[in-house]
Amino acid sequence: MTVFVRNIILETERVEEMKLITVSGPPSSGKTSVILKLVYALREQGFGKIGVVKFDCLASFDRIRYEEAGVPVVTGFSGKFCPDHFFISNIEDAVKWGNSRGFDMLITESAGLCNRCSPHIQRIPAICVIDNLSGINTPRKIGPMLKFADYVVITKGDIVSQAEREVFKFNVRQVNTRARILFVNGITGQGAFMLSKYLKDSVDITTLSDMRLRFTTPASVCSYCTGETRIGDEFQNGMMKKMEFHEAAPLSETESGESR
Amino acid sequence: MDFYDIAENSTVAEVIDRFPIVEDFLDNLNLRGLDRTLPLPDALENGDPEWLENLGTNVDDILDQFADFLEAFVTPHESAADIESITVVGGHDKSGKAENCSITVKHGQVLSIVGPTGSGKSRLLSDIECLAQGDTPTGRVVMIGGRRPKDEERFELEGHLVAQLSQNMNFVMDLSVREFLMMHARSRMSSEPEKIVSRCFEKANELAGEKFTIDTKVTQLSGGQSRALMIADTAYMSSSPIVLIDEIENAGIDRKQAISILTSNDKIVFMSTHDPLLALSADRRIVIRNGGIIKVIDSSDEERESLRHIQELDDEIMKIRSMLRMGEIIKPGAWRERSI
Repeated sequence: MTVFVRNIILETERVEEMKLITVSGPPSSGKTSVILKLVYALREQGFGKIGVVKFDCLASFDRIRYEEAGVPVVTGFSGKFCPDHFFISNIEDAVKWGNSRGFDMLITESAGLCNRCSPHIQRIPAICVIDNLSGINTPRKIGPMLKFADYVVITKGDIVSQAEREVFKFNVRQVNTRARILFVNGITGQGAFMLSKYLKDSVDITTLSDMRLRFTTPASVCSYCTGETRIGDEFQNGMMKKMEFHEAAPLSETESGESR
Repeated sequence: MDFYDIAENSTVAEVIDRFPIVEDFLDNLNLRGLDRTLPLPDALENGDPEWLENLGTNVDDILDQFADFLEAFVTPHESAADIESITVVGGHDKSGKAENCSITVKHGQVLSIVGPTGSGKSRLLSDIECLAQGDTPTGRVVMIGGRRPKDEERFELEGHLVAQLSQNMNFVMDLSVREFLMMHARSRMSSEPEKIVSRCFEKANELAGEKFTIDTKVTQLSGGQSRALMIADTAYMSSSPIVLIDEIENAGIDRKQAISILTSNDKIVFMSTHDPLLALSADRRIVIRNGGIIKVIDSSDEERESLRHIQELDDEIMKIRSMLRMGEIIKPGAWRERSI
């Protein structure tokens, strides 16, 4: 009986502080592998209770990998909703879940965000994972997810040349002049230790109330947002943006594809 | 330098003329069409208001970004290149047994690392990479120039200290050798890119068994040619003072010359290898077992003599290899009369 009562008291008093980390990155860039290596590195330093919330669009196969590693995980699918809007409307509940489980750290992993967006929140450490194989100009195309990150983690560096790693890093630096840029090997875990060292001292929170996103989510609510599938002017209502097509415009350098 | 001042008092064209990299900045923000005869703030005010909205930003914000950008790329940063030595102070192996050693490697020196697969060679390499301060699982401490780096320094150096080279690395960019090297030189903000590019190319060709032209696509290079180019590039272009090499023995390149190019450029070389020729030509080698350093062996007269024999054997194999390439029949002893 006493035990029972004590448990109840713990449940109600449990508004302990917890760290929150947001991890974003293009699909298959290695987010899950980086998070797992990070969890191992943190555990080695006695930082035990870490949970993950995985935001995905349609399907995810990472749940098993987290469970195998003994990491509590909740997966949410945005389905037909904008993945960015889905993330921000669920993140507060994710924090409540983390608090109720008594985690030291909660990591959110978002895949399938469009490049227009970022899940990064002011004051909350933000990681963007991007891989060396994704093309040398990719960092310059990704947008806010990379631009507003505090830490940019570059993966798959073990299979490209040193020169390509350096050029890739240079291109990341061009887009985000302030971030810490780290190379992490998702297979061996090399580099994860440094990342864990940065994150260990990050801010503790109990709630996200009064905090803001670092970047706006997309303007939306056009007819297609609400399920329209027919194509044609008469079906297009709400917020729309139209491209300009010049008639018989000569092919100039800027239009003939990507430069450099 | 006050970059806000520069932005306000010179035209965009003048800024680009002075700092060519600003062209990239404009590209990144999709601002290529900006009126370049005006100073940046005016050009932005006069531009199409819609792109500002699309970028979710405003003129002041872009000016801040501009200043940050130039600050990051134009201001010379503390270089890691002048590190004189690195010292690894032993921690413990997987069972907790103390390593009891302290190994100092100076620039221009080579340390080879030997031990069975899975013995902990890569753990040692990662300790060096992150400048372990007794806070990694091995408990090792890595010192720079004989002293422990401050936390700040450690973070600052992170990523600038170590260049890595391994068997599994490939080129993935679809560029010619010249374009590839130019791109790297550009990212290093090299003042004489043409010169450094041609030097890299020449050295790479010396190392490679088969010659290639500067217009060859990097993705079309053979394994040996790729490795040769990577080594020359690391030696001449990379700013990292330390090079970690992981098993390059089967690459089909002049291995001894590869190492000497690196050391003659004052690099500190750590080389994990199973190749007798490479292992013995190092100034020192360490033996790893069960995650720990069990022995440090200095090169000796005895071993140097053995190295000569191994060199002779290696030369013979090289001759046989080149005869095979020429389509010859390998008769017993025939290679002895050949020159390489």
